[in-house]
Amino acid sequence: MKDAAPEGIAFTLNNKPVQASPTAGERLSATLRESLGARDVKIGCNAGDCGACTVLVDGAPVCACLMSTAQAEGRHVETLSGLVQTDKNTQALAEAFQNHGAAQCGICTPGMMVSATAYLRDKNSSMEDALGGVLCRCTGYRKILDAVAEAAAGGAEPLAKFGGMGQSIRRLDGVPKVEGREAFGDDVAPPDTPVVHVIRAPFPRASFEFGDLEGFRTHTNGVLAVLSAADIKGRNCFGVIPPFADQPVFAVAETRFRGEAVAAVVGTPEFMARFDPAEFPVIWQELPSVMDCDTAMEPDAPQLHSGRSGNVMTGGFVQCGDADRALDAAAHRVTGSFSTGFVEHAYIEPEAGFATVTDGRVEIHGCTQAPVMDLDSMEEILGMDRSRIRIVPTAVGGGFGSKLDISMQPYLALAALKVNGPVRMAYSRAESMQSTTKRHPAEIRLTIGADPSGRLQGFRFDGLFNTGAYASWGPTVANRVPVHASGPYQIPDYRAEAKGIHTHCPPAGAFRGFGVPQAAIAQEVLFDELAAKLDLDPLEFREINALENGVPTVCGQVFEQGVGIKACFKALRGPWADALAEVATFNAKGGHMRRGVGIAAGWYGCGNTSLPNPSTIKSGVREDGTIMLHQGAMDIGQGANTVISQIFAQALGCDVKYLRLIGADTDVTPDAGKTSASRQTFVSGNAARLSGLALRAEILRRCNVDSAAAVIEPMGGALIVRDGAARHEVSLEGLPADKDGYVLRAEESYDPPTRPLDKDGQGVPYAQFGYAAHLAVVDVDTRYGTVHPVRFVAAHDVGHAVNPMLVEGQVHGGIAQGLGMALMEEFIPGRTENLHDYLIPTIGDIPPIETLIIEEPDAHGPYGAKGLGEHVLIPTAPALINAINRAVGVQLRQVPVTPSRLKAAMKEARHD
Amino acid sequence: MYFQPTTLDQAVQDAQAEGLRILAGGTDFYPTNGDRLPEGPILDVTRIDGMSGVTQTPDGWRIGGATSWSDVLRADLPAAFDGLKAAGREVGSIQIQNAGTIAGNLCNASPAADSVPPLLTLGAMVELYSASGKRLLPLEEFILGVRKTALRSGEILTAVHIPETAGGWGAFTKLGSRKYLVISIAMVAVLIDVHDGVISKARVAVGACSPVAQRLPELEAALTGRGDVAGLVTPAHLAALSPIDDVRGSAQYRLEVVAPMIEEAVERCLERA
Repeated sequence: MKDAAPEGIAFTLNNKPVQASPTAGERLSATLRESLGARDVKIGCNAGDCGACTVLVDGAPVCACLMSTAQAEGRHVETLSGLVQTDKNTQALAEAFQNHGAAQCGICTPGMMVSATAYLRDKNSSMEDALGGVLCRCTGYRKILDAVAEAAAGGAEPLAKFGGMGQSIRRLDGVPKVEGREAFGDDVAPPDTPVVHVIRAPFPRASFEFGDLEGFRTHTNGVLAVLSAADIKGRNCFGVIPPFADQPVFAVAETRFRGEAVAAVVGTPEFMARFDPAEFPVIWQELPSVMDCDTAMEPDAPQLHSGRSGNVMTGGFVQCGDADRALDAAAHRVTGSFSTGFVEHAYIEPEAGFATVTDGRVEIHGCTQAPVMDLDSMEEILGMDRSRIRIVPTAVGGGFGSKLDISMQPYLALAALKVNGPVRMAYSRAESMQSTTKRHPAEIRLTIGADPSGRLQGFRFDGLFNTGAYASWGPTVANRVPVHASGPYQIPDYRAEAKGIHTHCPPAGAFRGFGVPQAAIAQEVLFDELAAKLDLDPLEFREINALENGVPTVCGQVFEQGVGIKACFKALRGPWADALAEVATFNAKGGHMRRGVGIAAGWYGCGNTSLPNPSTIKSGVREDGTIMLHQGAMDIGQGANTVISQIFAQALGCDVKYLRLIGADTDVTPDAGKTSASRQTFVSGNAARLSGLALRAEILRRCNVDSAAAVIEPMGGALIVRDGAARHEVSLEGLPADKDGYVLRAEESYDPPTRPLDKDGQGVPYAQFGYAAHLAVVDVDTRYGTVHPVRFVAAHDVGHAVNPMLVEGQVHGGIAQGLGMALMEEFIPGRTENLHDYLIPTIGDIPPIETLIIEEPDAHGPYGAKGLGEHVLIPTAPALINAINRAVGVQLRQVPVTPSRLKAAMKEARHD
Repeated sequence: MYFQPTTLDQAVQDAQAEGLRILAGGTDFYPTNGDRLPEGPILDVTRIDGMSGVTQTPDGWRIGGATSWSDVLRADLPAAFDGLKAAGREVGSIQIQNAGTIAGNLCNASPAADSVPPLLTLGAMVELYSASGKRLLPLEEFILGVRKTALRSGEILTAVHIPETAGGWGAFTKLGSRKYLVISIAMVAVLIDVHDGVISKARVAVGACSPVAQRLPELEAALTGRGDVAGLVTPAHLAALSPIDDVRGSAQYRLEVVAPMIEEAVERCLERA
């Protein structure tokens, strides 16, 4: 029958004829990835919402996930890995993307570069229109636009590939990202690997009973195994903070959030491609649930966990002086109640991985921010000695905090052990959004006072944070918020309390800033209202109250050096004056567009709060002179592979080009801690510095050189040490090699000096803070309540910019996420579990960003460097809200400021 | 079973298969399927002769059902189609415009379908083929509700006919919470003709503010004979709309923004007239 399912589909793939035999209706993306080896086509959503799978079909960009393979018959399909071999446009893009750091995690890069290639070929649309169909969660898009513009202009001098501290060099791991060779969580399993699928709760709270699981397994052709709580030999409980561990791998009897796992099916790829979870034998009974803090704290509310009375998971508290008395006596006071919603990390790579069992050892390959924490959890869950478990991180397609927690790892490991062979799984976008952690929704009440001169007098903060069904990083949020809620200011009379409240929502956990961005919205927005009451310029008001060296923080911590907020504010004076003038001129024209400018600041302590968090960095030299760096600080796109190497090379005294990196495989690389808390540049950077110094000392000792100026380079089986005109040779030949094959080695650890907080939160929570201040200019269309950001100026004290290009990348990406939180992002369980109802910024939503790098060196930082990743997101949302408030005279109290909400606020303001 | 006929005769035979689903650009077909492989027989209409492309007919214009948005954008069409083209440029992204089809957008029958308001202003008719023959329906009679159409089992939407193209300028305004890849909070299409500085013909359609996009005849009548539009739209003109509260915006908000959206769209036409 001529029209029947095509048996063979012939088309051209990257200039080569190919044949495929897809199942009827099979997506082109699936055929390309699983049958034709084109794993450079990435799957982010399977719905056309993210564009990661963009390929060219007869030159036109389309989402391969929305195209039937049969439709490719006779056509030419091009993907990044092919284009970069043959197309001059793509090759120019590969260079330009590296020059600008336009690929961070790299998961969107194939879609972005393929789309950009189509643009460069005919330029018959705007650059933004051409790229608007691809979402990026890391870069904030500006570097991508710069890179495409550079390629369009015929390229530019390449950015240095190698260099020392303080130099903008290309990412050391950039080439595979721009050539489509980077392997992420779903890119490592062989195509015929059995697939694991988790059965998840359809209700916020439910009881359930399984039917005949064994019958389902034996009678369903294609099912290899069924897993449930009964299969867990160790502890059916995990959590990132051991005393709070409370989350089952598989729920037993009752589920506490929509999307919670109760079982898993392992099947052949053919079966699992069609598997409908509704066919799984389980009967659900929905139970009454509580979805917000207030309801959860009512006396008759269902209790989620025993021992957490009133659904209060835990709290954090900081006080100094007497806030209430100071407020009573204050000449001026402002008060506000603020609320924020769940924010989804929305990395473009859903959780994915692959596991194998070899000689009784289980290996888990997958995306993670914390390989050793994964190992800790798996040891407990599997009930196996840790020596029999290996975590091999793949490239990570974005993390932002959520990939600190385990997700697919236990299902992969349990399944691999059960079938005694390889298995794979990739979360669907809906699964990822339903079941992984979110930013905590916050309900914050804040009162701030000031004396007539504008000095802060009294600050009282009470925050409830909806931590969802399980603790995850909720305790960290509860602890961090009271320490940071003051912002980087001098406040002698301060009281801040934060509580984490359990609800039947997805677990809220770590998301870039651990609750501090929510708190900063309340504090920085009220600061503008207080400044207005005082008739003070908002920048001047902040400068009057800014923290300084030698002045205690609200925790009583006194930094004798390194407090950089005043320098950030000073850097904004010029841009602030310019923006005020620009806004006045703009608004004098009248019309329905109103312009506004806002500023806000933030600070963030780097590393764990008053808890140890050591990093260890190992290095070694092989007999042939190769210098090996065990870089265990997970690079999730932020650039740790490059930054840690630059710091290590600086300490060792050699060029970074001589380093060969080994990743965070738990079998071979020591623990450099989690990629979290803006700690890698600071903590692992210090460990890298110490490791480099130790290796250097050993090398110099062998040639009797004692000079800070000496530089080292490998040459054949020797290391050459040049000290001015003098040249020394350290021969490595014949030196005994250790089990790693190293003839010289160094392994050093660093743990930041902190001290515990007392009952009033007084102590030394962090060894260093980083500081930031943002200026945002926005236009508001008063007809529609739409906000159009015009530009940002971002001043960031990073102590010492190890790689300024990467600093800018972090700033841009953080601002994009802050903008999303401020204007459009709100996760509603059960309603916005996809990337077309949950909106993150597109390339058309991020305006130009000017980054002002401030370098106020920190005594504890490696060569003065401070952490940066989370700091960026903190001032962005309040700066935008302050700008909107000034543009249209409203008093916003809730994010996101959707057009609907802003229009309502404008109406209310007019009626007042 | 995957049918990929090249003739309409064959297609209408294939379309009789039990449980058949029609696939064109895939931009709605696949997302509604979740991550799973589609079940049941599929009729791929993209290779049927005459299903794609924009052509001038003795009676007006014909847009083949499997014509992609990008094909519509490339077509040389009179200014009355500017609203349809503007809607096309706001559909999802270039990737979606390259794949998504006019017939798919109509048959998906989303309240926020971008093609519907401009096609309503153009007085579009849909051409439906089945083994028992052809019928033509006004677009208003084809889309019946949320995800509900008059398409019968075994029937294929083969083309959209724009019967009358005598002059006029079209415009389209869409409101969303971000620039690209966004589903409308509200959208407006207008088609205006102007003689001697006054509006001689006005058609206004509003989408995402009722289960099915609809024209506003009273407003159209009020616009006729006017030279400008500022402040003209009254709540009474919008009485037929029945917006809902959802994640994209409140019902109240939608009602508030529609009036300035209409004014903006009409002004855009008047500027060019």
